[in-house]
Amino acid sequence: MPHPHRKNLLTSVQMAHFVATGAFRMDAVVPDEMNREAIDVLKAGIPGVPYGTPLSEAFEGSAFVQKLVQLPEIAGAIHSLVGPEPTVDHHAVHIRKANEGEAQNLHGDAIIDVRPDAFDIQLMYYPQEVTLEMGGTLSVPGSHLRKTNESDTGRYQNLLGQTRLTCPPGTVVFLHHGIWHGGRRNDSDIDRYMFKIRFNPTVRQVRLWNTDDLYDDQVAAELGQYFPWYENATGRLEIYNRVKLWQALTGDDTYDPDYWVTRVSNRPQRVVSQRSLNPHAAKKEMA
Amino acid sequence: MTTTTVQQTLRQQVLVLYLASSALDSRVVGWSTYDGTGETSPTTGDSDEPPYGTGLDALKDGWRLFQAAQLLPPQPGHEYDVSFLKHEFFFEKLV
Repeated sequence: MPHPHRKNLLTSVQMAHFVATGAFRMDAVVPDEMNREAIDVLKAGIPGVPYGTPLSEAFEGSAFVQKLVQLPEIAGAIHSLVGPEPTVDHHAVHIRKANEGEAQNLHGDAIIDVRPDAFDIQLMYYPQEVTLEMGGTLSVPGSHLRKTNESDTGRYQNLLGQTRLTCPPGTVVFLHHGIWHGGRRNDSDIDRYMFKIRFNPTVRQVRLWNTDDLYDDQVAAELGQYFPWYENATGRLEIYNRVKLWQALTGDDTYDPDYWVTRVSNRPQRVVSQRSLNPHAAKKEMA
Repeated sequence: MTTTTVQQTLRQQVLVLYLASSALDSRVVGWSTYDGTGETSPTTGDSDEPPYGTGLDALKDGWRLFQAAQLLPPQPGHEYDVSFLKHEFFFEKLV
């Protein structure tokens, strides 16, 4: 895979948005001619790929998917998030059948995954227009750092500020591996298609994006946002964990715009002189 | 004289509210419903609007609280971890 042009890499503000929300959305990024071809390609099936196959080799059997991941904006986002030559974990075509009557439980994919300084991403490609009735993917902004295992969150039906995806054809959404999500019930007469690829990084995920705006005020604004479903107290812990992830991704462990990390890490080691601490010593001098 | 006994079978409707703090009158941040009558089929991602603004509002509307999440201190070493929603309240109506 050639290195993407710098203009197609994500900015620091966009990366901070991903770190805060666990998602990055690119509306209608795939051209119409590919979207028109996609349903037949997905119906026919995409050849399987062994776990851990380098991206450059993974889709030699599918010209369509090769073209998809090499679209400049998509290649730039993949590089920004997981770096050069990621491996393909797996891929899948998801179909929510018309009027199928069932929604998936809210879940995180794979198993509980608490890596503090690395993450996988999932590319989700929607070739059709997705309406609310078609059961577009439900996802919960800012849920990706919660330590829960797969569908143990299935009891949660609705969370305030959740995202019920509606989008134009050719939309791609990148999700952090930990985000809570689920396919919603398709109440329409149209089968809904989505193609998913999970990518694993093969490099340390440090400053892989366009860092020209690394200290832009909007970076702090993205990292400091609260979501409506956060409890009052736990919402503060979310910011703490988010800042820790941002510090890992930038290699700058001093970045802490709202002081949540610094305050609770402050354990000074300097010891003041014994005399000023010991009142008895002072009394002796006065006697 | 004859008497007729009418056997009524009650069914349970369950409302789960997730609140912004441990106070029952704090705002609703998440919700789930289960209908023991089978007349409705609530499911994941079926609404963006909470049924009540606070837990107290549910009481005022006739829901009976039957379980509230305990307040548990974090495990040592995991004070900054985030996981499940903490302030979970179960309500019921018998219909």
